[in-house]
Amino acid sequence: MFGVLASMMDGVLVGAVYGLAAIGLTLIWGVMDIINLTHGAMIALGMFGLYLLFGHLGLTPYAALAPVAAGGFVLGVVIYWVAVHRVIRRPPLMSLLATFAVNMVVIGLGTAVWSTSPYNVAFSVPGITWHGFTFTGAHILAAISSVMIAGALYLFMRFTRLGKAIRAVASNRQAAELMGIPSNQVLAIAFGLGIGLAAVAGGLIATLFPFTVLSGDDYQLKSFVVTVLGGLGNPAGALLGGLVLGLIEGGVTPFIAVSWTPVIEFVLFVLILIAFPQGLFGRRAER
Amino acid sequence: MTALLEVTGLSRQFGGLTAVKDVEFSVAEGEIFGLIGPNGAGKSTIFNLINGVLAPNTGRVVFGGADITGWAPYRVVRQGLARTHQIVRPLNDMTVLENCVVGACFGRDDMPLVRARDMAREILDFVGMADRADTLAQHLTIAHKKRLEVARALCARPRLLLLDEVLAGLNPTEVARMIDVFKAIRGRGIAILMIEHLMQAIMSLSDRVMVLNFGAKLAEGTPREVAEDPAVVEAYLGDPDIARKLMENG
Amino acid sequence: MRHPMFWLILAVTALFAGLPAIGGDVGLRETLFLAAVAIILASNLNLMIGYTGYVNFGNIVFFGLGGYFGVWLTVVQGWPLVVAVLAAGCAVSVVALLFGLGILRLRGAYFALATIGINEAVQALVSNLDVWGGSTGIYLSVAAYQALGGARQALWIVYFLVVAVMAASLFLSWRIRSSKFGLGLFAIREDEDAAAVLGVNPATYKAAIYSISGFLPAAAGALFFFKNGVIQPDQAFDLTLSTEAIVMLMLGGQGSVAGAALGAFLYEQLRGYLLTSPLFSDFHLVVAGLLLLGIVLFVPGGLMGWLTQRWPRLRGKLE
Repeated sequence: MFGVLASMMDGVLVGAVYGLAAIGLTLIWGVMDIINLTHGAMIALGMFGLYLLFGHLGLTPYAALAPVAAGGFVLGVVIYWVAVHRVIRRPPLMSLLATFAVNMVVIGLGTAVWSTSPYNVAFSVPGITWHGFTFTGAHILAAISSVMIAGALYLFMRFTRLGKAIRAVASNRQAAELMGIPSNQVLAIAFGLGIGLAAVAGGLIATLFPFTVLSGDDYQLKSFVVTVLGGLGNPAGALLGGLVLGLIEGGVTPFIAVSWTPVIEFVLFVLILIAFPQGLFGRRAER
Repeated sequence: MTALLEVTGLSRQFGGLTAVKDVEFSVAEGEIFGLIGPNGAGKSTIFNLINGVLAPNTGRVVFGGADITGWAPYRVVRQGLARTHQIVRPLNDMTVLENCVVGACFGRDDMPLVRARDMAREILDFVGMADRADTLAQHLTIAHKKRLEVARALCARPRLLLLDEVLAGLNPTEVARMIDVFKAIRGRGIAILMIEHLMQAIMSLSDRVMVLNFGAKLAEGTPREVAEDPAVVEAYLGDPDIARKLMENG
Repeated sequence: MRHPMFWLILAVTALFAGLPAIGGDVGLRETLFLAAVAIILASNLNLMIGYTGYVNFGNIVFFGLGGYFGVWLTVVQGWPLVVAVLAAGCAVSVVALLFGLGILRLRGAYFALATIGINEAVQALVSNLDVWGGSTGIYLSVAAYQALGGARQALWIVYFLVVAVMAASLFLSWRIRSSKFGLGLFAIREDEDAAAVLGVNPATYKAAIYSISGFLPAAAGALFFFKNGVIQPDQAFDLTLSTEAIVMLMLGGQGSVAGAALGAFLYEQLRGYLLTSPLFSDFHLVVAGLLLLGIVLFVPGGLMGWLTQRWPRLRGKLE
């Protein structure tokens, strides 16, 4: 029984990271109605960014998160102006394809540079043992980092001028423009934030599991599941959704083969999308 | 008088707000029935309740003897009850003719394509848009888009046509042209239920008028009766002189 | 039936069937085989995206499921190939109808997400299905080709069957486009609510086209994986292939019969070139991505859209 409980708690720790990744996805959806299919590629870049900073510059992984986030932000702003700006408010197919195209390019380049063989970040932090079950330090620190970053994002969105501007543009772009908010710049920054979050989440995942260039896609799909659980466009819901997904993963692992987990996840994903398009946790963020 | 459309006890709430409250009226075969009232009085909501875009909370809608309460919009139009939209909704990337062919194909007669095309051309001619048949709907002017709404609805061969502020946003010449179209429609024996803010137009065209205020019926009768009703004057027309002028000009 | 499109489709089919057969050119056959499969995928996807306006991002699930049904029926159940292929098509159409009734209530991006979810859910499920070999899949033995007169002859037969499915796809696209059914779909694409007010029953139409658009890709999947000799989950439900079908459609021009086919053909040639070229082989995804981005940003109507924009008079003639 303790085994199951511990496995669920460990799942929640990992789930916090899923939640962080999903916040990046859901933020972009909430602000500009775009499902960002570069998400997985950006998670992968975050993984390799952290790997390089740790391996070549010798930064501790947690210190490396800051440059990874900054790099993700800058890259996100660039991607916004190159690929996304022109497809905003066009039919969903266009933005899906534009972001997927960027995904193809990044993954293609990444494969050429790093091939598709697995990498890992060899950095260990002492864990906590409880009734014979060890929570690794990496899991604990990743969860703490995720919650702290999510909290910082909340404060930023809530109390800074820029954060308020982003929320204004999200809820009504035209009205925001009439109020003198430069909506294009704000959208670019929001997209950068979303990508920055994806990259940081990728970095944190790299401290937990081995990864390849293609791993980003798996976590992108998990982000979709989480986002749908929490309600598209709802950052707080995304964090909760991440915890729920982690809980489910941790909860079922002791009972069934690992290969059944994705079946449960995706069936849940489709069912929730059909039955509760607004997510399980309340209404979709006002737009 | 045989009632073509009979609405009884119609109500609809949105959250705590009652948009339509216990509304009752009927439209006879071949009649033009005007629906007026201030903005937000619930006029368009009544249209949406009649043609099935919204389901009523209470009340019944009987059309041509059939109880169509809560039917899906596509079934309502096949029954012979077509409508236009207040904010035009052309099928943008299709030609004017194709827009009308859709109306004819899926309307009351469930026509095959070839016959629908003939029908569509005939109706476009009728509303004076034959020369625009091959234009993409998105390239039309607003006046033409409004006329397309009417043409498309007519293609369904309706017995009753719901017109939602077709005259709004048109200049005087276009209004005059559209009013001619309305008269011609009535000439074909098609009944019309119309929402309009242009008082002069609605007062002169309608056989009977109903005034709506805060979702409830305020008055009903011939245009003259309504215009002279003190409650209407107070709530809607404001100045008794306006009413008199309206009737004189009409 | 004297419409130019009829003859065009007939001519393309004749070329596909005839060119490699005349000289017994196996290399050309393999190239055209892939092109025909691409045309099948893009044409049927066009029914959803181009005609109805619903982005089926997980369209490859039809192909993969069809492959599984087909291979399982021929190899494990011993059905004749043609019967198995048709049965695979029917089975997938039924499955699609059931999925469709659920997810077609969603619109726009929500629908696109749901189709991705379905593809992933089916892949995950099939990976756990022991009757279909789980994650290792089903392998065909040489004996499977004996019924068709040996491996060499079997490959030719499969090729001609794929060409037949391609022809059927093109005819289907063309006939729907010029039918009342197609007109209703276009109306839904432009404005679903307005279409309903005009008398189109969106729920029925959408479910029907979703189911129809699964039939021929499923048949193609059955043939493809029969020829392939093995079917495995990650190969059968590859989301990249799903997206590549969308790229083909965008390249040629969504909504157009000829556009979908042309886009599929050109993309497949390009991919073949990139994969074999020493310069680009490592970068074929990069080039394809840049191509896609270019199309989306600068020529969203694809080749056909561009042509009809330059010469509006072509609009009526091309279809």
